[in-house]
Amino acid sequence: MELDLPLGDIWVYLSTSPLLHLTLTVVAYLVGDWLFLRSGRKALLNPVLLAILLLVGFLSLTGTSYETYFEGAQFIHFMLGPATVALAIPLYRHLDLIRRLWLPILVSMVTGAVVSVSSAVVVASWLGASRQTLIALAPKSVTAPVAMGITEKVGGLPSLTAALVVLTGVLGAVIGPAVLALVRVRDDRARGLALGVSAHGIGTARAFQISGLAGAFSALAMGLMALASAFVLPAVLRWLFAG
Amino acid sequence: MALKFVALLLVCQLVGESVVVWTGLPVPGPVVGMALLFVGLALYGRVPEGLGRVVDGLLSHLSLLFVPAGVGVILHIAMLREEWLAVSVALLLSTLLTIVVTGLAMTALIRLVERHQHKES
Repeated sequence: MELDLPLGDIWVYLSTSPLLHLTLTVVAYLVGDWLFLRSGRKALLNPVLLAILLLVGFLSLTGTSYETYFEGAQFIHFMLGPATVALAIPLYRHLDLIRRLWLPILVSMVTGAVVSVSSAVVVASWLGASRQTLIALAPKSVTAPVAMGITEKVGGLPSLTAALVVLTGVLGAVIGPAVLALVRVRDDRARGLALGVSAHGIGTARAFQISGLAGAFSALAMGLMALASAFVLPAVLRWLFAG
Repeated sequence: MALKFVALLLVCQLVGESVVVWTGLPVPGPVVGMALLFVGLALYGRVPEGLGRVVDGLLSHLSLLFVPAGVGVILHIAMLREEWLAVSVALLLSTLLTIVVTGLAMTALIRLVERHQHKES
């Protein structure tokens, strides 16, 4: 007997249901994580990076639009909100340490933020990037939802910002620990702070793999970056890119 | 999984979002929610055990949550093809500099403050 699988029909049904892209996102991440662990935690085989490459490849091959993909992926994207709220717990667990070091934290965070924004804008404009790209690039070290809000306020492209923010986060998580070792930064509090200031939530996820202490300082840095940038950056960008 | 702690996280976010809409603060709702939960924990005096477990589960796969936004890069492949040099050099140099400067500044300042606190005690 011939088994005629209606593959076309199944695809038509699945490709419009959120279930397919929700499942693919989780599976792509698990595959990325598996490869990362199998490689002996090679920094370049970052699970987020691998998952994004797999999914971009899949969407291009099947001709699926990002809007269709996001209908499924939005359920995962949504969890960024509760996860941000949840960062209050590691912060609270290390409250004593943070209270004792509030001045170093604040000064290092502000210094890092200024370096992050100015170096990105200066280098990119020197290499001929367009105004839209510069606006989207400026908040690259700020956690995605805040960075998108900042770009939107100044008339930039929020989706471009989101992509650059995630790329920055992956980059920071990939090179961060090695770079910090190279310049002999061995204190977990300093390592966490540097990862959080430069690479927001993805850096924080990486910092939690170093230690709970590094994770807490990274989460704090990310939260402070979000607060400070949300208040200051729109005005700075409007002044920079006026007209 | 303790459902009431999931509800607690959502309520904090909901109140945070409402505060932002109401006051027009330029900060995103979840960040306000994080501040609220932090104040709540400080008043309560400790982290309830069930809440700790729910949160550790959620945060252990924090980086998965960034995948959907990252896939958005697909919308800008044409632009990136044109400006790939400026974007990649800027991202690499700026991320490198930020990590180095922040890490070194924090290390130096921690040393300074701890030496000072040592003398006082």
